[in-house]
Amino acid sequence: MAVLTESRKASLRRELEAIVGAGAVLADPDELLVYESDGLTLLRALADFVVFPVSAEQVSALVRLANRESLPFVARGAGTGLSGGCLPAEGGLVISLMRMNRVLEVDYDNQLAVVEPGLVNLHLSWTVGARGYYYAPDPSSQQACTLGGNIANNSGGPHTLKYGVTTNHVLGLEVVLPDGEIVWLGGRTRARAGYDLVGVFVGSEGTFGIATKIVVRLLRKPPAVKTVLAVFDAIDHASAAVSAIIARGLVPAAVEMIDQLTIQAVEDAFGCGYPRDAAAALLVELDGLPFGMEAQAARIVQACRDAGAREVRTARDEAERQLLWKGRKSAFGAYGRISPAYMVMDGVIPRTKLPYVLRRVNEIVAAHGLRVGNVFHAGDGNLHPNILYDPRRPGEEARVVAAGAAIMRLCAEVGGSISGEHGIGLEKSDFMPLIFSAADLALMQRLKRAFNPTGLCNPGKIFPTSKSCAEVGPVASRPHAIEEKGLAQRF
Amino acid sequence: MAHAVQEQTRAAAGPLALHGLSVEGVNQCVHCGLCLASCPTFAELGTEMDSPRGRIFLIKSLAEGRIALGEATARHLELCLDCRACETVCPAGVPYGRLIEAAKAEIERQRPGGAGRRLFRWLNFGVLLTSPRRLALAAAGLRAYQASGLARLVRRSGLARRLSGTLAAWEALLPPLPRRAERAPLPALIPAEGARRARVALLSGCVQSVVFGAHNRATARVLARQGAEVVVPAGQGCCGALNAHGGDHARALELARRTIETFEAARADAVVVNTSGCGAHMKAYGHLLADDPAWAARARRFAASVVDVAEFLAREPLRGPLTPVAMTVTYHDPCHVVHGQKIRSEPRRLLAQIPGLRVVELAESDWCCGSAGLYNLTQPEMATRLRERKVGHVLATGAEAVVTANPGCILQIQAGLAARGAAARVFHLVELLDRAYPAATP
Ligand SMILES: Cc1cc2nc3c(=O)[nH]c(=O)nc-3n(C[C@H](O)[C@H](O)[C@H](O)COP(=O)(O)OP(=O)(O)OC[C@H]3O[C@@H](n4cnc5c(N)ncnc54)[C@H](O)[C@@H]3O)c2cc1C
Ligand code: SF4
Ligand code: SF4
Repeated sequence: MAVLTESRKASLRRELEAIVGAGAVLADPDELLVYESDGLTLLRALADFVVFPVSAEQVSALVRLANRESLPFVARGAGTGLSGGCLPAEGGLVISLMRMNRVLEVDYDNQLAVVEPGLVNLHLSWTVGARGYYYAPDPSSQQACTLGGNIANNSGGPHTLKYGVTTNHVLGLEVVLPDGEIVWLGGRTRARAGYDLVGVFVGSEGTFGIATKIVVRLLRKPPAVKTVLAVFDAIDHASAAVSAIIARGLVPAAVEMIDQLTIQAVEDAFGCGYPRDAAAALLVELDGLPFGMEAQAARIVQACRDAGAREVRTARDEAERQLLWKGRKSAFGAYGRISPAYMVMDGVIPRTKLPYVLRRVNEIVAAHGLRVGNVFHAGDGNLHPNILYDPRRPGEEARVVAAGAAIMRLCAEVGGSISGEHGIGLEKSDFMPLIFSAADLALMQRLKRAFNPTGLCNPGKIFPTSKSCAEVGPVASRPHAIEEKGLAQRF
Repeated sequence: MAHAVQEQTRAAAGPLALHGLSVEGVNQCVHCGLCLASCPTFAELGTEMDSPRGRIFLIKSLAEGRIALGEATARHLELCLDCRACETVCPAGVPYGRLIEAAKAEIERQRPGGAGRRLFRWLNFGVLLTSPRRLALAAAGLRAYQASGLARLVRRSGLARRLSGTLAAWEALLPPLPRRAERAPLPALIPAEGARRARVALLSGCVQSVVFGAHNRATARVLARQGAEVVVPAGQGCCGALNAHGGDHARALELARRTIETFEAARADAVVVNTSGCGAHMKAYGHLLADDPAWAARARRFAASVVDVAEFLAREPLRGPLTPVAMTVTYHDPCHVVHGQKIRSEPRRLLAQIPGLRVVELAESDWCCGSAGLYNLTQPEMATRLRERKVGHVLATGAEAVVTANPGCILQIQAGLAARGAAARVFHLVELLDRAYPAATP
């Protein structure tokens, strides 16, 4: 990583402006500072430039210039990511897609839309909502995050339980490859010949190129929806209810858990109707045809009661349902009511281990002298412990990182994973050896090199590197096969 | 080092302030980004320095001493509409309005700008807005000027643009001024009709009383019909909202004290306001004067008595009988009603009671129209972009008229419709309610 001299910076700036226009290049250090983090403020990195292209051709020209100059580059959507994925870990260009946010085409007959990557997730559902359609993947950040970011992180959401993650809803992509070439992956139908390159690209966290057009599936809105709120006096009972619901063969659209600390923050924020004194609550949603829904809902209510729920009720109307969801989806932000900062973990565990893992998580965080709030996709076993801290207190950030590492190790130990949907990014790259063997990682590296041979496209992410080890903080203590092979080092 | 990750140690804990004004609220922002897509300037520009999260970050960095107040930072903070849409969506409860006011005051202190800008501010904040009499005088002059046909000439010749700052700006802002009769002050007391339900004091506003005397009359009539005895305290002036939003903190304090004094003397149950910026600001007097021991308690009491006219009227069903108003309308939420005072359902509930009226929802109804106090004078380019966006949505509804509840929005949307040659009209909510009363009282 080279530090640019002032004269080289000035000439680069002129070249960038020639591509995207004078109003579309940021180089003032104060302005660049605003781009130093995404939704995870624990990590920071400064770009040399932030640029705002409006077309695939401009993106391609930017990428070619970056290649010529050996300048690293990284795509950025709304910057709501939670793993530092869009940070310019080695400086260079941040390519913001926020000025490419149009819905280019909606084909209702074939139930698909062609959109630009900077389009906000929820805005797509708004656009097609009047005609009775929607875009199913619904990350809790959907009011702000972009489809480009969703593609890169293969984002999920509460309704992932029934509808799957982003990759299940993407048909085709126009991509500017890391060398600047513009290609189409997939197309407008599900039938594909050759390798499933859409499947490869989705979830590649911006390391395989920059998506400039996205073809997504649209679904018809379900004709009936029922939302059940179950209230518990013990977290263990709530965990047991999750297992009971699934064990009875019920397939809700969503099963979300929210604990007491989080309920209190959310109630302070919007007064959504969660009882403040509950140890935990489950938000369970059924959708589909009205036929048989009552019976299913009754079985869910029964499963919750059997598990020890003190109260189970159904949202009376759409307004109450919306309010409950607003609470759930605002939960991370609502921690601002009770703490100046938080770090979200994203572990995945087998559902049956839920009671044990939640207990251990609470113990681990307490042992580090910190507080934790839990709000997560319980149906998927996708945990989100939110470690609350105050960055102004000396030493707290280090303790957060240490507690986070212990939680990731815990998830790996019980046979789970270190990330469900937020991506590995910069934050979790050092923990990859916890869940992948040296051979796994080597294969992934080979795949990365096929797309991104120079490594200039979003460097420093996903794979454990000596650099990120030193900077990100404590890493797993157990030596891993990958190190013995010399594929990665730890300090 | 330029690209280091997590190498920076923060300043030790301690309340953050900009020249004595607290911005400790920045620490409530957890950087989640949920507010981004709700911010009109971010939606237009896509640059994070022009988003709520980015502006909060800039204010925080200023207060922590990480950056100095450079030209770019000042520009991004000044481009903020102070529409407070971000406050409505922010789950963390960041008190954004207070933060940006403190930041704007800091800009004024550190970067007062050139002579033109200082003249503009002095004329607006120091002369016109502090005294309704002076504003009325200026208005009379303006009216003569408009009537003489000179106005059209000036506009056409581009002279308006060359006239220094303020006058040109006011010239573009003001609609044809009403005749003298409309500008005459309201009677000091308007008795309640039917069973008396409350005694309320009406804020007749500064710009408002001059330009929109008709709204005040309609407000008083509607309030009286709803059983309120209406007092219009003499000697009231500007509430100081424009000063506070414009960074003129000292004069804002002075105007607040004066307003409290004037209205306390009226001994009313409530202070009714029909201009959103004023209402939201007066409701925040408690915070504004919190550090002034002689005034803090008084200011809190006063603030608690302030109500928006829609909020007050919606507390009881409209007293019939009402005559039908056969019209299709749409409702635009003024920022400082919907975001500043969280009043969203009340105006819609009132409209729904008017027989014959069809109300269609407006896309992005709670987005700023670009008027934003003096914003369309200071940031004409962004103001026009947002105006065009608003008018586009209005035309898409096919409504014959837009109903809203704030003079600034009315002027702005009217100007936008006129620019497109559209026939749709713009009303204040109280005008429509007033129409629904058969053969209205005086
Ligand atoms: C409050 C909150 C709630 C959240 N809830 C969820 C949730 O329920 N489920 C979930 O999965 N995530 C969730 N997230 C995480 C985050 O919102 C998602 O990862 C989202 O997809 C990021 O989108 P973005 O536009 O903000 O992308 P960014 O943060 O800007 O970038 C994320 C990654 O995408 C890459 N990228 C961006 N655009 C492109 C492009 N056009 N082409 C290639 N790569 C690109 C970037 O390089 C980076 O690696 C939440 C975050 C917050 C703050
Ligand atoms: S929503 Fe609130 S907490 Fe989140 S980034 Fe915006 S201002 Fe900060
Ligand atoms: S007040 Fe309005 S313009 Fe300013 S940051 Fe908030 S949403 Fe954006």
